[in-house]
Amino acid sequence: MKGIVENFDLYAPKLVDKEEYFSSGHRACQGCGEALAVRLMCKGLGKDTVITNATGCMEVISSLYPTTAWKLPWIHVAFPNSAAVGAGVESALKVLRRKGKIADRDVKTVSIGGDGGSVDIGFQAISGSMERGHNMIYVCFDNEAYMNTGIQRSGATPFGASTTTAPAGAASVGNKTWKKNMPEIMVAHNVPYVATACHSYPIDFINKVKKARSVKGPAYIHCLAVCPTGWRSSSDTCIKLGRLAVETGFFPLYEVENGKYRLTIEMPKKLRPVEDYLKLQGRFRHLTPDQMKQFQERVTLEYKKLMNKVKYSKSWLEM
Amino acid sequence: MAEKKWPETWQEINPGLMVFKPASARSYLTGGWRAQKPILDNTKCIKCGVCYLFCPEGCITEDAEGYFMADLNYCKGCGICYHECWPRAIKMVED
Amino acid sequence: MSKRIGMEIALAAAEVAALCRPDVIAAYPITPNTHIPEHLAEIVAEGHLDCEYLPVESEHSALSACAGASAVGARVFTATSSQGLLYMGEIVPIIPAMRLPIVMALGNRALSGPINIWNDHSDVMAVRDMGWICLFAANGQETIDMIVQAFKIGEDHRVMLPVLVNLDGFQLTHVVESMIMPDQEEVDKFLPPRKPYATVHPDNVVSMGTLGLPEIYTEAKKAEDEALINSKKVILEVWKEWEKTFGRKYEPIESYKTKDADVIMLTVGSMYETAAIAVDQLHKEGFKAGLLNMKLFRPFPADELKAAVKGARVLIVTDRAVMCGGAQAPVCAEVKSVLYDEPVRPAIVNEIIGLGGRDVRVDDFIKMFKKAATADKVKPERAYEIYGVRSS
Repeated sequence: MKGIVENFDLYAPKLVDKEEYFSSGHRACQGCGEALAVRLMCKGLGKDTVITNATGCMEVISSLYPTTAWKLPWIHVAFPNSAAVGAGVESALKVLRRKGKIADRDVKTVSIGGDGGSVDIGFQAISGSMERGHNMIYVCFDNEAYMNTGIQRSGATPFGASTTTAPAGAASVGNKTWKKNMPEIMVAHNVPYVATACHSYPIDFINKVKKARSVKGPAYIHCLAVCPTGWRSSSDTCIKLGRLAVETGFFPLYEVENGKYRLTIEMPKKLRPVEDYLKLQGRFRHLTPDQMKQFQERVTLEYKKLMNKVKYSKSWLEM
Repeated sequence: MAEKKWPETWQEINPGLMVFKPASARSYLTGGWRAQKPILDNTKCIKCGVCYLFCPEGCITEDAEGYFMADLNYCKGCGICYHECWPRAIKMVED
Repeated sequence: MSKRIGMEIALAAAEVAALCRPDVIAAYPITPNTHIPEHLAEIVAEGHLDCEYLPVESEHSALSACAGASAVGARVFTATSSQGLLYMGEIVPIIPAMRLPIVMALGNRALSGPINIWNDHSDVMAVRDMGWICLFAANGQETIDMIVQAFKIGEDHRVMLPVLVNLDGFQLTHVVESMIMPDQEEVDKFLPPRKPYATVHPDNVVSMGTLGLPEIYTEAKKAEDEALINSKKVILEVWKEWEKTFGRKYEPIESYKTKDADVIMLTVGSMYETAAIAVDQLHKEGFKAGLLNMKLFRPFPADELKAAVKGARVLIVTDRAVMCGGAQAPVCAEVKSVLYDEPVRPAIVNEIIGLGGRDVRVDDFIKMFKKAATADKVKPERAYEIYGVRSS
């Protein structure tokens, strides 16, 4: 069982908010990493929060009328517009507070969506909301495909994953493109706080949510969420897979504060081979050693690029 | 009186399908989905709460003595707690 | 005190929208409504209106931001035209289903294919069944009056629906007219601050926009339909109060010289005023022409329509949009369906006019009246005609 409690503050669970803002009775699949990530995010946010939710798994599994799993005020309008609805919510909270029509205290607007609703169809709305500088957080829960509609490929799907619209076959490796680097695009929007996170590192994630909450202005968190159904992996390995994604360097955990990159968990001196990560997932089962090598090379390159930024980037505030 | 699962008539529906009962999803018991259930062995438990933290259902709670227990009304039997329990205090058994 | 002003109608629409004290405005530029959000931005920039103005990156986000703001309890205004409305299209039916009051000024413009920035009603007709209250202004005065009325109607707890105020692109938006503009005190008195039914806020936790399974969807749609149908009562109440306060009368269908009229024409929007001149001229010739103008299109004023056409031998329904491949143009299709069960009804002629900004002049209306005069004896070849189309 080596590795399981690595990087984990043993008794840290005692310190987190015990309130469950995302209640039991939601209809997520067994071992859903995204439901866990949402639950953890809410613990970081606390009660003075409004959630805007893009259409997708989390919306569907949490809001079957006449019930809701949410203990936080929550609104869903459509698929591509979570960030735009969030912009409206944030603006209304601001102006109504200014006019004395609602309580005079900080209420944070948090827009959430899956990878499809964020890096593909919701991209424009996020770009607009971040560029306009709304005082809000956007959290993308990235399970690397359109899982709600049945595992179709998105812009966040990694190379080689077999999906229903980019299936592996005699003439195809599966998905032919590399994962879109959404955090980097957010940094380019001059968003003062950008971070990556994963439910397998709950304290790291919750701390990032708290930090994002304290930012006056936009903040973006890109959270990798394991989807046992879509990844063709066993539900009990959900946390382990998230950890392997980090330890292989495939999905490093970092934050970018005012342009300054910093790794937020200690990375192993020598990264684990990506094969350790890929072999536990049915969606990569078909990869040949050559394709596996290709995957490894790209991960190594991306990791080097990141480490270069960690080493050389400086905070805008210090320039 | 047991609450109705659905509003029966259109007049009973809240405007805009708004739901005013937070966390009312708890009325739906997901425990029925389960094939296996977690059994917690308190003699091995170190009360760290890893199982609590990693449960996607949020259905594991701490008792007065500091031990953790899954609410089987909601536990879907995913096995995450079993897999993550470092002192191996949890095992999954057929339900 | 109200005062008479001479102003471009789009600018007046912005000024009156500002008098309604919106909390949030989100809009994206598109001709010909643009002067409305532009002028509002100016009013906010000058500090005359305390408002969050969101110059968003698309119409889709404009309406989405309006939805979020309305859900928090803000008074919300937006404006668009044509393709902009269609780009909002995904969100358009969701707003009434969520029972979120929003007022939108729609500077009516032809839908693209080919691109054309001029006026017709193909934009609004594409969303007519999506659950919004639809008002049509015939001139500048009606435009500004209807914007104030729209907030009061939409925000009423018996309604809680979005309202589209339609004003013809260019024909109204860009025309300078003489109007009576109410002052701030009058608007404040007529339109108190919004009292939201529910707000997305931690002090009163609610989930909005939940999922309707097959067990619920049918009842949800019925409830939405009833809400729109029942909004008519509130619309009539608000119009009555408006008349009492400001002395200007509003009714779902306005009649002009229809008493004893032999041939009646129905218009929607600004064509009404041109057609009225034609009716006056026809009367001089002894031709008993009458005119109706539909100000309320959703909910559809069926009873008022039946009463208004009583006694007429022929009814000409003008449409400003083609329902491609359909049985009829949209307004006429509905008119026919309403009159079908009447024991005595006029012969109906459907003229599609003024597409993509094509001018319709007084003599055109006279021609339509004269041609339709025999429609009860000689049935027109086709269910509708695109008036003035050049054919070889």
